Amino acid sequence: MSDTPKPPARSRREVLSAGLGALAAGVTLRAAHAEEPVVEAPPSAPPDATKVLGAPAPPRSERSPFAPPPTVLPNGHISGPAFSPIHTFHGTITPTDLQFQRNHGGVASIDPTRWKLMIHGLVERPMVFTLADLKRLPSVSRIAFLECSGNGRNAYRNAKPDATVQHLDGLISNLEWTGVPLSVLLAEVGVKPEATWFVAEGGDASVMARSMPIEKALDDTLVVYAANGEPLRTAHGFPVRLLTPGWEANTSIKWLRRIELVDQPLMSKDETSKYTDPLPGDKARQFSFVMDCKSVLTHPTFPTRLEGPGWWPISGLAWSGRGRISRVEVSTDGGKSWADAELQGTPLPKAAVRFNLPWRWDGKPCRLQSRATDETGYVQPTFREFREARGAGTDFHMNSVRTWEVREDGQVFFVPDPEAA
Amino acid sequence: MTWLLFLLACGDAPGPAKAPSEAASSASTVRSTAPTHPAAGASWEIGRAATPEEIAAWDLDVDPTGRSLPPGKGTVPEGQALFQTQCAACHGLNGEGGGNGMYPALIGAEPKTGFAEDYKIHKTIGNWWPYPTTIFDYVRRAMPQTMPGSLTDPQIYALTAYLLHANGAVPADFVADATSVPQVKMPTKVQFIRDDRPETTSFR
Repeated sequence: MSDTPKPPARSRREVLSAGLGALAAGVTLRAAHAEEPVVEAPPSAPPDATKVLGAPAPPRSERSPFAPPPTVLPNGHISGPAFSPIHTFHGTITPTDLQFQRNHGGVASIDPTRWKLMIHGLVERPMVFTLADLKRLPSVSRIAFLECSGNGRNAYRNAKPDATVQHLDGLISNLEWTGVPLSVLLAEVGVKPEATWFVAEGGDASVMARSMPIEKALDDTLVVYAANGEPLRTAHGFPVRLLTPGWEANTSIKWLRRIELVDQPLMSKDETSKYTDPLPGDKARQFSFVMDCKSVLTHPTFPTRLEGPGWWPISGLAWSGRGRISRVEVSTDGGKSWADAELQGTPLPKAAVRFNLPWRWDGKPCRLQSRATDETGYVQPTFREFREARGAGTDFHMNSVRTWEVREDGQVFFVPDPEAA
Repeated sequence: MTWLLFLLACGDAPGPAKAPSEAASSASTVRSTAPTHPAAGASWEIGRAATPEEIAAWDLDVDPTGRSLPPGKGTVPEGQALFQTQCAACHGLNGEGGGNGMYPALIGAEPKTGFAEDYKIHKTIGNWWPYPTTIFDYVRRAMPQTMPGSLTDPQIYALTAYLLHANGAVPADFVADATSVPQVKMPTKVQFIRDDRPETTSFR
């Protein structure tokens, strides 16, 4: 072997271009054989798994080939929302790879060894923390929901009956987060008394930034590096993001790189152009951070078809940015009467809870709704109440009760405007 | 640091090392609030000082007073030319928006009312944005989307001047710089209010 002549060393650029050439050739090859589509064999299993030795333990457990994973939709865009398939989930914890996304300048790629968090501005000691630094500091793990402030836009404005709950309200996720309380880091830098706001900034291509009152930093804001027990996924801020429990998710800055203590909001980028809520009378609410109490049915919803009369589960998710969910009621007659749904497990503050109600469908057309109440006593508004307070064309924080109709053939459709005749 | 040294010093001693605050009790505690340092007010002595150079390299923050706006200036004609080459491909030749809503409209002073009733009204710099400094901030942070960070400060001032002029906020001879931009009165008629939702009960 020692006599074998070595191939001439190639530069990284040459290797890269050779790889690209092979890739291009592969594409051409595929195009030339486009008339012969690859047919994947359907998954199979032995007739009796008790009579066949099972497979060796895989390095990572993959999803069953009989249960291929759903996807976030739409995907493949640089900016904008990707909705989570919440109608396919059970319980309350969102599968890590199926969290909703809302990116402002694409998905950033960050080398954790070069990553740093800078905290400066109105502080005694401007400081820099590495990822290793963060992991040495005391940590907190908690479950919290994240909801895009634009979630529900597709349900409230120009909605169609054949819309899935993923498309209508899928910008909601609920995971267990681990990180350092921002208050711990602020104690290290020493916040000056004149600091009343803080700015959190991401290291993505949009250098996304939000201004927030300092009280939130000192309350429950976390600088997180893990979700559901593992490092953050790339599209969700790897290696570090902010988490502002209960607040509109755009404030939970992904790819966090900088926090500045300031004495007034920046009015940065999206702070006024996007995340402001039009109100009747030509007013607009800004810095409406808290996500109000809301529930959505996830089953039965379009495109589900109930195969016939009988017992069917009604199920969904409820959450509130102001605390715990205390009650979820379900109506099967379009809001005329309500029954208490069962809350699955103990509701946690600023976290989603699953609700269930066994329901006997009599085979007649009917309308299904859910209505959540949180521990402040706030009750999720009806469509009419919401429209009167906010206007028919408003944007952001759209948490009104959703309505689904079950038709005589069992097909379930969304009802965009339950007030319409 | 005293506490950390204490832990290290105890590392080889028989029996589990205990933080001073835990020494009196053998039971674990369930913490429901943010963790605090065992010695109240002490530093963890983790992390390092940020240098003025690295702060300056990253600090993009501009507020409505114009704090931290950089030196440089730009004119409306310069900005108009830049807009055609850097912005129009996505936002349209006249800033009317494009990509089926993907790229928002930037120019358009009318209509100025009715946003809560009609979601189809484009929210532009001319009828919605309350602060002129946001234009500079937006472009410097994020535009153009395919080449973020590629524009110089004078180019960003020029685009700011053009976008302000095209939206009827300033005359054609306006020169944008750190002093002039924060003083521009925006044409929006919308009254921006802080979150006025009640904290507890009732509909909001």
